[in-house]
Amino acid sequence: MNRRTMGKALMGLATGAAMLALGVGAADAQEKMKVGFVYVGPISDHGYSYQHDQGRLAVEKELGDKVTTTFVENVPEGADAERVIEQLASSGHKLIFTTSFGFMNPTLKVAQRHPDVKFEHATGYKRSANVATYSARFYEARTVIGQIAGKMTKSNIIGYIGSFPIPEVISGINAFTIAMREVNPKAEVRVVWVNSWYDPGKEAEAAKALIDQGADVISLHTDSPAAIQVAQERGLWVFGQSSDMTRFGPKAHLTAIVDDWREYYVGRVKAALDGSWKSQDTWGGFKDHMLFLAPYNPALPADVVAAAEKARTDIMEGKRHSFQGPVKDQSGKVVIAEGKHATDEQILKMDWYVEGVQGKVPK
Amino acid sequence: MSAELALLGPILAAMLAAATPLLFAALGELVVEKSGVLNLGVEGMMLVGAVCGFAVAVQTGSSTAGFVAGAAAGAGMAALFGVLTLLLLANQVATGLALTLFGVGLSALIGQGFVGIPIADVPELYIPGLTDLPVIGKALFGQDALVYLALAAVPAVHWFLYATRKGLILRAVGENHAAAHALGYKVIRIRFLAVLFGGAMSGMGGAFLSLDYTPMWAEGISSGRGWIALALVVFATWKPGRVLLGAWLFGGVTIAQLHVQGLGIDIPSQLLSMLPYLATVIVLVVISRDVARIRLNAPASLGKVFHPDA
Repeated sequence: MNRRTMGKALMGLATGAAMLALGVGAADAQEKMKVGFVYVGPISDHGYSYQHDQGRLAVEKELGDKVTTTFVENVPEGADAERVIEQLASSGHKLIFTTSFGFMNPTLKVAQRHPDVKFEHATGYKRSANVATYSARFYEARTVIGQIAGKMTKSNIIGYIGSFPIPEVISGINAFTIAMREVNPKAEVRVVWVNSWYDPGKEAEAAKALIDQGADVISLHTDSPAAIQVAQERGLWVFGQSSDMTRFGPKAHLTAIVDDWREYYVGRVKAALDGSWKSQDTWGGFKDHMLFLAPYNPALPADVVAAAEKARTDIMEGKRHSFQGPVKDQSGKVVIAEGKHATDEQILKMDWYVEGVQGKVPK
Repeated sequence: MSAELALLGPILAAMLAAATPLLFAALGELVVEKSGVLNLGVEGMMLVGAVCGFAVAVQTGSSTAGFVAGAAAGAGMAALFGVLTLLLLANQVATGLALTLFGVGLSALIGQGFVGIPIADVPELYIPGLTDLPVIGKALFGQDALVYLALAAVPAVHWFLYATRKGLILRAVGENHAAAHALGYKVIRIRFLAVLFGGAMSGMGGAFLSLDYTPMWAEGISSGRGWIALALVVFATWKPGRVLLGAWLFGGVTIAQLHVQGLGIDIPSQLLSMLPYLATVIVLVVISRDVARIRLNAPASLGKVFHPDA
């Protein structure tokens, strides 16, 4: 996923300093288990890293008498990450959550040197005896907001701001488009890639460009709330990403996809405490409470909200799949046959657009 | 009017806005370099200007106060650079790079309490009739005040450099500081003032980003625009008018590549984002081949340390 590598190299020094400060602060309570968290961004981003930290706080709240937690924010992906993780592992942390894709190899390296420490790596695909992986089925939520977008658009043009053309983002675009076309076959999705996870200026420019081209609903898969502000200013609709972004555009913000790691983190820490922890891969959706939707905008008509809630509960109960066949690609070829739905592997490797998306996937 | 033509107006308007932070920072750096100082800390000064401008705007509720604070903060960073390089004679390249790294960290620290706070946008100009003109109306008569301020700074800087005695002295200091010193000009004082001006302009560019362009504070909000501004000065061969041209080119390509993607035109967006940089490299090669051109434009003492007693 290559989460925000740009510019992070510069922050290596700052991270080192933060490490020192934290290493000193977390050395109390010998009998409590120490749990470490490594974040790629600042917890003040009110997005991706913020949501992970909410998970940490839930652990503190529920298991505060049994564990102490430590976190390190703003950790660049790459060599610095290995140092940070090593520091946590060698300072007595028994369970360490590394929360960004780029921490994958550093996590595995450190895990090899510390077989008695358990590791949890988010959004990766490499595991070992003491490294488990976990991620959320973000595409499930995209189905719900795609359906809302299909009903709310008047121009039948939906703008979609993408970060990088990786399977996670493309499967999100496709899930969104399939649900949108189901309620509104005339609507189309226009994608603009900004090639960054976090560049407020460029995200705002992308939103303006899409709106100037006639889009009246904006969906995003980048982390800043810049597009929310643009939509608010132009009086159009927008969906938030990673966390509730209502305050950046109360009128425009329809709802947001919110990552929720609280239940998972508490569960895994409990497992580590009672000895039942095993290396495994968890890919959870609505049903596992790994994501939920921010409160709906009061301006949404009741029937749209009701349909959205139905889609959400159907997905939760397994009655509906985001990639239910027949699914056609842009050339009209049926890729997922009627009666079937996409396999997890197909979703994890998705590199093509469904019918209804304009333009081509950048190669 | 076809759909593509109808897009021209919004593209022009967005281009002018995208060019504004570059224009502020590059014009400031141009004056600094004309005085013979190379300050690579533009990105850091922009970030500190952006966060201080935002913080003051949040506290006072006035974006004008925020903008002034942004300029002051940029000048403060530049003063640090000036003390280190002009008074303590530190290496300018290393100090400038350090200033950027320092600015990245400092702005993140100051900004901690200001992430996720929304503020009101700076109102845009509206002149009935003119703003409603097709294609050019919004671009020429519907922008924020700061966009016009940046545009006005272009002829102002040109006039100062080429039509005033003070501008002549500044250029003389940049061309040959020893000769200027021998003539009795206060080389260090003049350069210090130029560096302060450059810092204030960078700070304004940063404040434009956090107060107006995307009204919020986010770590690293300038996203490399300070470096583009530095490239622009070379691209423009140290001429204010060409800085404007270059800023429009950079701004225009940024906006155009987003529109090209949205319209589904099959040109790789990466290729388009690359173009302005490619143009800078080509300009560099062309001017470097022609010795006379370099002599005419590049300040001869650029980046050289000045020892007053030598």
